[in-house]
Amino acid sequence: MVIKYLFYHQFVGVDLELHSEPLNVDEITSKWYKETNNLNYGAFITFIGTIREENGIEALSFDIYKPILKTWFEAWQKRAKEQGAIVKMAHSIGDVPINKSSYISAVISPKRRVALDLIDEFVEDFKANAPIWKYDVIDGKRVYAKDRSTPMSGAGILVKESN
Amino acid sequence: MVKVEFLGPIGLDSIEMDIKSLKELSIYMKNSNELKDWAINSAVAVNDVIVTDINYELKDGDKISILPPVCGG
Repeated sequence: MVIKYLFYHQFVGVDLELHSEPLNVDEITSKWYKETNNLNYGAFITFIGTIREENGIEALSFDIYKPILKTWFEAWQKRAKEQGAIVKMAHSIGDVPINKSSYISAVISPKRRVALDLIDEFVEDFKANAPIWKYDVIDGKRVYAKDRSTPMSGAGILVKESN
Repeated sequence: MVKVEFLGPIGLDSIEMDIKSLKELSIYMKNSNELKDWAINSAVAVNDVIVTDINYELKDGDKISILPPVCGG
C-alpha cells in the first residue's frame, strides 16, 4: 500500500490558505462555494492561475513571506466587507509543475457588479503587492523571475534622497 | 541592535546591526556589492509593516525586512 501525505496546508487567516503543493482546484473551489452558498449572495467569481509551459520551464516555484501576506490580505478583507463582499485566496509554496494551479482567488458578493470589479482589482494588486517571489525551475534549478517581477509600493525608499 | 532579514531571491542570511535609522541601513546596503542593486528596487518593512519614510527611527529589537520585487500567481 502506498501512503501519500497529500494535503499539508496551512490556514494563515480565515479565507487565506497556503499549500505546500499544487492546488487542488476542485476541492478548494467547491469548499469555498459550499461555505458561502447559503448566504443569499448572487455572485461567486473565481480566478484560477495555472502554470503555463514557457521558455522550457519544468515548473514555477514560490517563496512567501507570511506575516505581510496576512496583513495585505486582511486589508482586502476589510475593503471587500465594506462593499458587502467576501474575498478568498489560496496559494502554493514551493514547486508547481506546468498545467497545475498555484493560485486561486474568489470574490463572493450579493450582486455581480461588486464581484466583477473586486476580482479585477484584487488580482492586480495581488500581482503588484503580495509578498510572493516566483522562480522558473529549469534543469531542477530555481531562477528568480526578475523580469516579470514588480517592485512593491514603497520600493526604492533606501535610495531616496532625504532631507 | 536590530535584525535585518533579506527575503526571497536576495538569498542572504539575516544579520544583526547596531543602527538607529533606516538611513544607516541604506548606507550599508549601498556600500555592499551583494546588496546595492537590491536597495534600488526593494521595499522595507519594520516589524512586518511597510515603511515609506527613510527618516524612520529604529528601536532596539526591531525586525527589518527587505522585500525585493514580487510576482505571485
